Formats: sequence, C-alpha cells, structure tokens
Amino acid sequence: MEPSDHLFRREAGRMVATLTRIFGVHNLALAEDVVQDAFCRALEVWKFRGVPENPSAWLMVTAKNRALDVLRRERTARTFAPELGRLLESEWTLAPAVEELFASKEIQDDQLRMMFSCCAPRLPEEAQVALMLHILCGFSVDEVAAAFVSTHDATEKRITRAKKTLAGSKRLFDIADARDFADRLPAVHRALYLLFNEGYHGASSESAIRAELCQEAMRLMALLREHPLGSTPATYALSALMSLHAARLPGRLDSSGDLRSLLDQDRSRWDARLVGEGEKLLELSASGPELTEYHLEASIAWVHAAAPTAEETDWGMIVELYDRLLALRPSPVVALNRAIAIAQREGPERGLEEIRAIADADRLAGYPFYHAALGEFEFRSGQPEAAAEHFRAALALARNPMERRFLQQRVSLAAGACSPDTPPATANTPANPPRSAAR
Amino acid sequence: MSEFVYLYRGGEGGHSPERMQQTMQRWMAWFKQLGESGHIQNPGHPLESTGKLVKGKQKTVTDGPFAETKDVIGGFTLIEARDLDQAVELSKGCPIFDFEGAVEVRPIRKMNM
Repeated sequence: MEPSDHLFRREAGRMVATLTRIFGVHNLALAEDVVQDAFCRALEVWKFRGVPENPSAWLMVTAKNRALDVLRRERTARTFAPELGRLLESEWTLAPAVEELFASKEIQDDQLRMMFSCCAPRLPEEAQVALMLHILCGFSVDEVAAAFVSTHDATEKRITRAKKTLAGSKRLFDIADARDFADRLPAVHRALYLLFNEGYHGASSESAIRAELCQEAMRLMALLREHPLGSTPATYALSALMSLHAARLPGRLDSSGDLRSLLDQDRSRWDARLVGEGEKLLELSASGPELTEYHLEASIAWVHAAAPTAEETDWGMIVELYDRLLALRPSPVVALNRAIAIAQREGPERGLEEIRAIADADRLAGYPFYHAALGEFEFRSGQPEAAAEHFRAALALARNPMERRFLQQRVSLAAGACSPDTPPATANTPANPPRSAAR
Repeated sequence: MSEFVYLYRGGEGGHSPERMQQTMQRWMAWFKQLGESGHIQNPGHPLESTGKLVKGKQKTVTDGPFAETKDVIGGFTLIEARDLDQAVELSKGCPIFDFEGAVEVRPIRKMNM
C-alpha cells in the first residue's frame, strides 16, 4: 500500500509531543532525535518490505521502543519528566507507564499540551506559529521558511531561539488546569488564526504550500474542539471561519492559474462540504454571551458563502458586521474591507471616501490590495489615469507571480482606457466585469 | 537469465519527515517497477548498522561498524537480469544516487562448472 500524503510529517508532530511528555520538555532535542530515528527505520524497512498495514501504529511502536531504550540507558545520566520520575526508576513500572503514555487518548492530549506550550507569552507571535509548524506539524526549517517566504537562516534562528525558550521552561503546559487553559486559549486561537491566514492570504507563490498551512491549522483546531475545555464558542467560531474560507480556496485560481477576486470567482467550484461544515460550526459557536472577532469574521464569510452569485451578496449585512468588527478590533485592513463592501452597495465614490477616511491608512501603504482597491474605485468612477497609477503602485508591491499577473492585467486595462484613441472604458462593459480588491 | 545481488552502500542521512517520506516512496516506486518487469527475485532486507566483526585465527570479536559510514552496506536485493550490463542499467533507477550512496552490482556465481 501507499502511505497517505504527509504521513511522516503528521506522525512527527504526534511522536514529538508524546516523547517530550515522557522525556520532559528540557529534552525536546532528544525527543526529536528519537523521532528522526523512527523515520530512518521506517524508510529502511518499508522500502524493502512495503508499508505495513497500519503505518502510524508501526511508527508509534518504533518510537516507543526507542524511548524505552533511551530511558533504560540514560536514566541515571539524565533527568526525565519530573511528573513521571518515580515510575521510570524501576523496570517494573517503566514499561507499563510508557505503554500507557502511548495510548491514543494520551497522544491527543500531548499534542494539545505542546500546542499550548508553543503559545507561551514569552514568545513573539511569529515564533509561536513557526514553532507549532515545526514541532506539531513536522515542517522542516526549510519548509517553514518557504511557508513564510523567509530565508533559511532567519527561520532557523527564530526556531532555534524559540525551542531554547520552550526547552528552558520547567514543564509542559498543564492542560488539566481549567483556569490556565482558559487564560492561554486566546493566544492559541490567535496563533492558529495566523497560521491559517498565512496559508490563505500569505505571500508564498506555491498554492500547494498554502493549502497545506490551512489544512494544518484546521487539523489543530479539530484537536482543540475535541477537548472539553477547548470546545468553547470562540473555538467553534474560529473553526467556522476556517472552514468557510477554505471552502473558497478552489475558486481563487481559475483554470489558467490566475488569481480571481471574490466577486469574480466561479462559485460552483466552492467546496459545498466545507460550507456545510462551516455553517454547522457557526451554529455551535452561537452559545453564551461571548462575541469574538472570529464570530464576526466567520459571519462575514458565511454571508459570502450563502450568496448564490456575487450580485446577490447582502452587502448591508456585511457592512454591519464590519462595523462591529472595527469596534471590537480596530485595524486598517478591516477598515479597507469595510470600504470595499460599502462601495459594492453605494458606489465607487463612497468607497473612495471611506478609504480616505481610514485612520491609519499609512499602515496600508505596503499592502498591494490597498492600492488595488483605490485603483478599482477610481476606474469605476471613470478616472482611468488615476486608476492606472494606483494599479502600478499595487503591482510594485505584488508578493508573488499570481498577484503580479492579476495586477498587471488591471494596469493594462486602466492604461488602455487612458489612450485618446479608444473611448473611455467603463468598468461595467460586459467584457470587463467589475472586480473588487477583496479576494 | 542470471542472478545478481545489489548491495546498497551509504546514502540517506538526516532529512525532514516530508523528504524522507518522498525518498521512501521513490524507493517503493523503483522496486515496483523492477518487480513488474520480473527482475526481482527477492526484494531482500535492510541491515542494521550495528553488529560484530569476527576476525583472524584468534577469532577476535570487534564491534561494528566495519567501514566508513558511506561504505556501510545498508541492505541487499536479489535481481534477475539478462547479463551484467542489464543489471547495471537497471540499478541506475535507484534513488540512492541522490543521497551520495552507491549500488554494488555483483553476479552470483553458479554451481555449474
């Protein structure tokens, strides 16, 4: 049989989490060595004898046996997890204890422990996300670097430093303590949100890498939902947000690999199963008094998903949701998206007004879709010269070939409309349906 | 048809889980291809990198490894091929070459005189 896609990567996260629990967080590097060793064995044996019936179990048993070897060999030289101390001292208790720690329910909790440990407040957010990808999702330094469009050296430095911080903490996060759990949960949500966003909006030009980041964030969210303390309304809302956005991924690129704006996408390509799942999760999120930014963002995504065509979108509802989101979490990007929604409802001039009224618009100067939105509204207001200028500014900031092609087309369209030989094009000619900067 | 043994020397080394999985899948694809064209007599086995070396009249026993890491034999496969040239040609599909490894192709000597 063929191993499933990314089997090793997934299992790496599970094995490191469990081994770190057994060895203690200060022995993180040892846990990683044992995992590496298990993969080497799998590679050696499987290539000759084929993949076993249950490859995950094979890997886990291999890791467990290696862990037992290490514990026996080094129990006098090293200290292992303090909470396991006595059990590891005698051969009578060692094997049963390790056996129990490798039970599947424990492995699931180990991943949560590691997830919460990675989100330690001492670590900057980018480091938390990189660490989760590296430890829990089995991404190598180079794979993390590719995901964040960063260099190998910078990423390695960030991960090494974060691992040092993690290994320097006395013990793993205690997920049994309800108060600590609730205190740390928002940071975990935030890190998973950033991980998902990096996949969804990130700069990496490889759509495969980006889809994987979204999938990993969703996989970790599912672990969180399965824990009694983790299944909060905010967790459901964030899960809904991810499902509803992920549903649109197949429509973002057209058949020739070009980027399509949200309004321009073939909605029949959206993933109906994920939309359904998102709806269900959104319903589950609507309990209790708490209204988080994830509730609002998920609701916005749901309004889009519910509209059979772009024209039928309930823009009034979307503007209202953005108003509430701005009140909860003021951000120029949110304000920009709100302005785009207003332009859809009330026309491009109103869109321009709203964009000009954004408080920290200077923070958007490096964001290509800020300039693209300005260009779009100028174009639709019959100002192709101004539009072309904005599109050129956007093009200069494009972060990958897809964005570049998309914006190049906008520049050409606007510049073409400026030429005195051709009548000024309006955005609503059938050949050039209006596009919005919203993706 | 004649019989040959492939001895795999060196190769692999530490890589990311994803890379290792890809490597394994390439090995499996190569074996599958060889098997389907009837060249595999026995897929063989991997060998542990540890062991003992027993040597000389004194039968001195020493610990492995017996060679430089890059020369350690990591496994073997029994192959059927028309002649040595074909066995060599077939070995060239082995993924080991991307990891600085080598395949030693050795004809099996037959009983007939």
